[in-house]
Amino acid sequence: MNAEITASLEGVSLTYHEPGSETRAVEGLDLAVKKGELLSIVGPSGCGKTTVLKLLTGLSAPTRGRVRVLGTEPEKALPRIGYMLQRDELLEWRTIEKNVLLGLEIRGELTGETRKKALELLKKYGLGEFAGRRPSQLSGGMRQRAALVRTLAFSPELLLLDEPFSALDYQTRLILEDEVRGIIKQGGYTAVLVTHDISEAIAMGDRVAVFSARPAHVKREFCVDISGSALERRGKPGFSELFDLIWKELKTDEPGA
Amino acid sequence: MSPEHREYLKKLKRRGLFIHASRIGLLLLAALLWELAGRVGAVDPFIVSSPTRVVKTLVSLARAGELLPHIFATFAECTAGFLLGTAAGVLAAVLLWFCPILERVLDPYLVVLNALPKIALGPILIVWVGAGAEAIIVMALLVSTVVTVMQVLAGFLENGRDKGQLMRSLGATRMQTFSKAVLPASVPAIMSALKISVGMSWVGVIVGEYLVSKRGLGYLIVYGGQVFKLDLVMASIAVLCALAAVMYYAVAAVEAMASKKF
Repeated sequence: MNAEITASLEGVSLTYHEPGSETRAVEGLDLAVKKGELLSIVGPSGCGKTTVLKLLTGLSAPTRGRVRVLGTEPEKALPRIGYMLQRDELLEWRTIEKNVLLGLEIRGELTGETRKKALELLKKYGLGEFAGRRPSQLSGGMRQRAALVRTLAFSPELLLLDEPFSALDYQTRLILEDEVRGIIKQGGYTAVLVTHDISEAIAMGDRVAVFSARPAHVKREFCVDISGSALERRGKPGFSELFDLIWKELKTDEPGA
Repeated sequence: MSPEHREYLKKLKRRGLFIHASRIGLLLLAALLWELAGRVGAVDPFIVSSPTRVVKTLVSLARAGELLPHIFATFAECTAGFLLGTAAGVLAAVLLWFCPILERVLDPYLVVLNALPKIALGPILIVWVGAGAEAIIVMALLVSTVVTVMQVLAGFLENGRDKGQLMRSLGATRMQTFSKAVLPASVPAIMSALKISVGMSWVGVIVGEYLVSKRGLGYLIVYGGQVFKLDLVMASIAVLCALAAVMYYAVAAVEAMASKKF
């Protein structure tokens, strides 16, 4: 298969400098995201997974190596990238509708048409009747869904999801994984999901890249050949085998292992 | 509404009434004890005054047409100092937020300015702006500005950290980050800074009046002390208490309105 590459990191290294310490966050990292694919990145906590997302948005520049996103430099691609954070960060003084329109507003792309499209997305994802509410009136799962609509509202060509479910309770998390994978696959979005949860990485991803401990590089990549939604996948044969494989791969990295 | 809930609301209301009644009761009790202590000769009313003497003093001041001008002078100076001081403080905080380097450089100066008793600058102020209302307003401004800068800047910095990541990920400029996220998120911090600085302005005004004034409540207090008219001192302090409370509650009301929006 020779699919179009949406984003790539080639031989990327990144060192953070702080007084009294120098942290090699990423070293010799090679990674490619194909168009229309949902790539999961899983790795030990603090291994530099989020750093990869920062590299892709140009918020961090590599010390060595090359980062290409949407056929250009990351900084130039930033307006076409949707970044979903760990916390929903909905602005409390804005209604859900106004929160969802924030990205369009900042980019100066808020027109009658884009507003209509954003409101349709809200309706489509079950938040239509909450458009006039304040974030505090919504549950954690609904808030994170609103944050996703805020990200989708400006039609990004690449979605970056930075542990977007880690602040949710387990049940909400399962439901939201299912919904978000559905939304991403239906919409034909290209996405990178960073998580420390192996089962989430498998349930959501088309492919799973396993990161090493710091300095991070890709230890191994696994294709997830399990059909169905994120929830269905969890119960299917092959899921637990893949889980064990990834678990072993991560375990060899632990200090003392 | 269930009977239990109605009962609960009733209880809540009863408790609220009890607290209000206790507050007023406490004030009346203190006044009564004060009055009685003087009447039975436990204390000398000439030294500690008494509620009736305070009221008499206020009435005679009012009759002579002196009370209102004094109150107005102090109130106007305080309001001017408070408004100018907070405006300058908020503007300075905005400037410092936009220039992180400047913020780092000026940080120790702010700390020293905050620690410095502004009263020490009184004589300089008199020389620079004259021994009049201007010196008093500048004193109130000085006392309230530094606190405002520190409080508001702390709010900006904290909200900048929290909301900055989101705004950067949406591609916002620093200006947009400020106007759409940091400033609205800091409204509660600004409001609580206002509540502190309104009290600070009163300190500045009274100290200013001690130093230079020929009128105002601070002047009445100093004058009363000098000529041993403790009734006048107590009466002025009572009026001051009432004024300060009114202004504080006015700011608190603005805060309540703002917190509904933000």
